[in-house]
Amino acid sequence: MTETSRMEELFETTITVNGTRVTRRVAARTHLVDFLRDELGLTGSHTACEHGVCGACTVRVDGEILRGCLMLAVQANGRTVDTIEGLSDSGEIRDLQAAFHERNALQCGFCTPGVLMTAQDLLRNRPQATRDEIREFLSGNLCRCTGYQAIIDAIEAVLVARRQARSA
Amino acid sequence: MKAPSFDYARPASLAEALQLLARHGERAKLLAGGQSLIPSLNMRLAAPEMLIDLGALKELQGIAPQGDGLRIGAGTRHREIEHSALVAQRAALLAQAAPHIAHVAIRNRGTLGGSLAMADPAAEWPACCVALQATLVIASARGERRVGAGQFFKALYSTDLATDEILVAVEFPAPAPKARSTFLELARRRGDYAMVGLAALASRGAGKLAGVRLAFLGVAAVPVLARRAMAAAEGRQPDANTIAAVQSAIGEDLQPGADLYTSAAAKLHLARVLTGRALAELAR
Repeated sequence: MTETSRMEELFETTITVNGTRVTRRVAARTHLVDFLRDELGLTGSHTACEHGVCGACTVRVDGEILRGCLMLAVQANGRTVDTIEGLSDSGEIRDLQAAFHERNALQCGFCTPGVLMTAQDLLRNRPQATRDEIREFLSGNLCRCTGYQAIIDAIEAVLVARRQARSA
Repeated sequence: MKAPSFDYARPASLAEALQLLARHGERAKLLAGGQSLIPSLNMRLAAPEMLIDLGALKELQGIAPQGDGLRIGAGTRHREIEHSALVAQRAALLAQAAPHIAHVAIRNRGTLGGSLAMADPAAEWPACCVALQATLVIASARGERRVGAGQFFKALYSTDLATDEILVAVEFPAPAPKARSTFLELARRRGDYAMVGLAALASRGAGKLAGVRLAFLGVAAVPVLARRAMAAAEGRQPDANTIAAVQSAIGEDLQPGADLYTSAAAKLHLARVLTGRALAELAR
């Protein structure tokens, strides 16, 4: 391959991942998800289409969800990244995970981390969302197993539960 | 797939970025939000020697009043435009169009300038800028120039930008009194590429339409201003007769080509459907 014909320059990159500051030297062409998976061993963010269509690599950067395959790791220098491991370990999405479990909202589970990241963004920012809006918000996350119904059911259940918890 | 190897620079100022671009020219690509460029790198459809990352340039940021109009930095993200009170007030069409751009995770990264420079025929911002008669502000080491949105889009993925130029900002004129706008798009799912889309605006005084602008996306290599249809609507009451006449005129304005999923005849039909809906909406 042509890449081996010359030395690839590495860029020192410091990112706060799930609350921990990490510094690595990375090639410019490494996208964020490969960095998370290969450098840090955080394999919960999945690589599938690698051109922004499937949503399996969805992560949170500075509090906003984005496609991890469409951001270079060097572009995340100085930023804060949250992955599914972080949201899971902190308990931030415990209710969402339980609802997915209860309703069989996953089968093979490949899309699930990205779906959970997207769903949590909806739950945080659009607590009044209707079922149609949930469906629309999830349109950027492909699931080839479930047919989506159970996913929408689970998210809707958590939306309602969190709303009730707030007003209680 | 994985992107090929490339050099990377993240200039801290526009002047520095322009110097880099002047030096590397066609061997370099500008990286804005990366939501079109990075996919094309990952799929190895593009293999630039260098990426010049515009992400740190403050000169490209921000939404600000300009007279009674608006100036939006080219580096402004779709999501910021979608939620800006100033945009809703002074260029509502943009706020109406933004939710149609891909998905939230993409809108959090993609930029106005990136989309315009990419010039995808199914993209929303090019048609909006043509409808709103926006002016694009372009910088190079040679200086700054302005070009109207109607002259900016040249061909498929091809614009008026030279290889040493950077799109800096877009200026939107003040909205006309009683201006209304609507943005309509048909896609198989929300966020998919548009089969057909329409950016429409008009003012309504004394029951009649004035200053009608109808710009279509997804029907040709560049946004299409439907001039005959606009003329058929201008000065008319937006009643059923007018709408029928405008829909008929659309056939003279548009010669859509088929894409992978939609035939030319279907596109023309859908363009007429959207036109009817848009005029009904503008007349309300």
